[in-house]
Amino acid sequence: MNFKFFPHTKEEIEQMLKQAGMNSLDDLYADVPEQIRFRGEYDLPEPMSETEIRSLFEKLGEKNRRLTVFAGAGCYDHYTPAVVPNIISRSEFLTSYTPYQAEISQGTLHYIFEYQSMMAELTGMDVSNASMYDGSTATAEAAIMALASTKKTDTVLVSASVDPKVLNVVKTYAHFHGFNVELIPENDGATDKAHMDARLEKGGVAGVIVQQPNYHGIVEDFTGFADSCHAQKSLFIVNSVAADLALLKTPGEWGADVAVGDGQSVGIPMAFGGPSVGYMCCTEKLMRKMPGRIVGKTVDNRGQRVFVLTLQAREQHIRRQKATSNICSNESLMALFVTIYMSVMGKEGVKEAAQISYDGAHYLHDALIATDLFSNKYERPFFNEFCVKYNGDVDRLQQRFIENGILGGVKVDTDTLMFAVTEKRTKEEIDKLVNIAKEEKL
Amino acid sequence: MNNRLYGNLIFELSKPGRRGYSLPKNEFGHHEVPAKMRRNEDAKLPECDELTVVRHYTNLSANNFGVNNGFYPLGSCTMKYNPIINEEIAALPQFAALHPLQPEDTCQGALQVYYDMQKALSAITGLEEFTLNPFAGAHGELTGLMIIRAYHQSRGDLKRTKVIVPDSAHGTNPASAAVCGLEIVEVKSTAQGVVDVNDLRGLLDDTVAAVMMTNPNTLGLFEREIPEIQKLVHECGGLMYYDGANLNPMLGVCRPGDMGFDVMHINLHKTFSTPHGGGGPGSGPVGVRKGLEQFLPVPKVEKVGDRYRIVTSNDQNFNVHVGEFFGNYAVMLRAYTYILTLGKEHIRMVGPLATLNANYIKEALKDVYELPIPTVCKHEFVFNGLKDKSTGVTTMDVAKRLLDYGYHAPTIYFPLLFHEAMMIEPTENESKETLDEFIAVLRKIAEEAKATPEDVKTAPHNTPTGRVDDVLAAKQPILTWKQLSN
Repeated sequence: MNFKFFPHTKEEIEQMLKQAGMNSLDDLYADVPEQIRFRGEYDLPEPMSETEIRSLFEKLGEKNRRLTVFAGAGCYDHYTPAVVPNIISRSEFLTSYTPYQAEISQGTLHYIFEYQSMMAELTGMDVSNASMYDGSTATAEAAIMALASTKKTDTVLVSASVDPKVLNVVKTYAHFHGFNVELIPENDGATDKAHMDARLEKGGVAGVIVQQPNYHGIVEDFTGFADSCHAQKSLFIVNSVAADLALLKTPGEWGADVAVGDGQSVGIPMAFGGPSVGYMCCTEKLMRKMPGRIVGKTVDNRGQRVFVLTLQAREQHIRRQKATSNICSNESLMALFVTIYMSVMGKEGVKEAAQISYDGAHYLHDALIATDLFSNKYERPFFNEFCVKYNGDVDRLQQRFIENGILGGVKVDTDTLMFAVTEKRTKEEIDKLVNIAKEEKL
Repeated sequence: MNNRLYGNLIFELSKPGRRGYSLPKNEFGHHEVPAKMRRNEDAKLPECDELTVVRHYTNLSANNFGVNNGFYPLGSCTMKYNPIINEEIAALPQFAALHPLQPEDTCQGALQVYYDMQKALSAITGLEEFTLNPFAGAHGELTGLMIIRAYHQSRGDLKRTKVIVPDSAHGTNPASAAVCGLEIVEVKSTAQGVVDVNDLRGLLDDTVAAVMMTNPNTLGLFEREIPEIQKLVHECGGLMYYDGANLNPMLGVCRPGDMGFDVMHINLHKTFSTPHGGGGPGSGPVGVRKGLEQFLPVPKVEKVGDRYRIVTSNDQNFNVHVGEFFGNYAVMLRAYTYILTLGKEHIRMVGPLATLNANYIKEALKDVYELPIPTVCKHEFVFNGLKDKSTGVTTMDVAKRLLDYGYHAPTIYFPLLFHEAMMIEPTENESKETLDEFIAVLRKIAEEAKATPEDVKTAPHNTPTGRVDDVLAAKQPILTWKQLSN
């Protein structure tokens, strides 16, 4: 054998087989019908040494280009404090599993409790679960939660200003779970409240889903939204970009019943889209309707304050098909990422990072408009991402950016680019982008 | 545990004015967020210096137990070794710093890995094509059921709304079916612990969308009637779903595609060595047989000549989307590294060695622990508590006592078929010495149960935390620092 992950010597295999009453390894599979045994050879490469693996991925890596990122659309190039990846790679965190055995899992349970506390603070909600897969699935789960928490409803309203990628996931869940998704149209890039109100009054609506900042980067004014929903006994669900909540009015302040979203924006590496982390927070009233793992405080038999998985009567391993969701884990290590990020950045750091992102985006926006090559797509306030129309060939401009090592926005329409700026972008990088745009037009 | 270093919450270490970060100077001038849109008060996050944060979380980690700490025989979870090289590859900036919306030309390497990985999974399972987008095993189940429903819907066969699952199935199976809008019908197990074909026969009709089978099942038994079952299910127009939670012992032995399965999911964090991370991030790729590719979620990656392209639509009435981008890409990178490390040669030995280890433990302990199904097992097996029930020592007690001896506990009280279930899965990475020591400890606990039962019933004694009060936690839920400090 002699392979680094298999400790068995030839003699040991023989001894062990003998003690288990077998003559050969094949005997262990005597119950597998011969007609379905796989006797061929896997169509896979020969085993590779670490050196060969490193060199393979180096070569593959050379086929990727690291760009200066001015694109967002749900994935942002924020700053990662050095502390965070270092600590989350500790094997006591990395190689453990769901903290079923509370006595030897206080590390995990303790940080999840901190995570829940921080997310509840950030969103202005009462409680949080232990995290979910990502923002899109958390939003779909919120829709199902709304249906389960309201009576005689079969429809969820989603604003047209919600990220279409999130909308697609909600629609997928709706298609199979069996509820309707109706779009609330947008007006100059923001949710049309009058339309929403009219639809709510017709009845049958379990919940309304909006996004903040919305897909266009716009900061929407949700004044009166929660009242409209609650008057019809519908839930108000706000999906927010986590990092931006350091400055923005919280879902709680807007009167939301459920706050969901993606946590990638708190410095989680983009990693071609994952892993990220979804969050879900809600009011105390809805706590027992919430999907996912939840950690609570309790005591042990020595009188110590400890933490434990709780409210499990909602979950699949107890309730099976009657559970609030099929989710049986969380995105724990990424919840730890969020927790350590919030701890090092702290109360002031999260605000400062959000403010620099906000200021950088406005600086870029103003500079682009000043070139006369770009014009506003919407006349609305934005946060760190915005849409501008370009009065030239958008594809050619983006190609020119790429040639200069810049991922220059996301093309969201034939004539429109959406740019995102984070605290990682310098004035020099922004000026370079603007100059490339100017030169392209010459 | 509640001393200053270990027991505090980070909030209790906070002091106004402390800083743990440094950010570049703001070069852009101040722009004011409109007053109406600003939050009224700051989020009450901690204020700590960097070292305080580092010590806090380092000390927290000491209160955890991972595979790198010791033997972790948690049944159904395949707690195998998580190779360090996987972590190194996943952290390469050439992959970690990629934006998922980069133009195809600038991420050919990343797309190639996605493509090659799904091909590798096809080779291992005998299925045609995989999506790597689902985020976890349960998410894979849901995705697989969506594919099955989309297939039936595409044929206009709308009355197929039932999913048949064995009574030994993981709770996620019925829960995933419910999220997917399907009805659950349970099929009984025989006294030998496998699906009862006669019972199944009576359940099959033209309303059945699929039969979901975990194989080997949660008792660690190979479902030997699969050839007959797949024939019956296909004859009635249903599809066969393979829950790959227990795929590990099948490596080198058989492939779901060859067994007649149409759709399956794989838990990369089990069979393909990616770390469990305290409960995620996982990854749950879903594979389909030829003829079902058009129902796989988008985006997917295709190869045209020597270029890799992103496909965003299947040209179907309905495209399945289960996430925003390409799933937990960095998790998949780790699993791909593992597959390349093992290669065609060593991957064949994973199943037999995992199965050998399980049978070795089972045979060595069956005289003191009750073995309800005495046949050869696969990667795991289930004891129904101690053989001698007169001591009053329960499976919970044995599990807690194991913690005292430096082991993680097995999965307990699952599957539900036995009241005192104790499910043990050793994996192929454990040495004979490790297994021998574990066996000796379980025998010792069996003796303690007779001689000093109170010691076992009140275990653990040597852990930083004693038995916790679950009832109190659920009765008076305190879920945040704010609730705790009020």
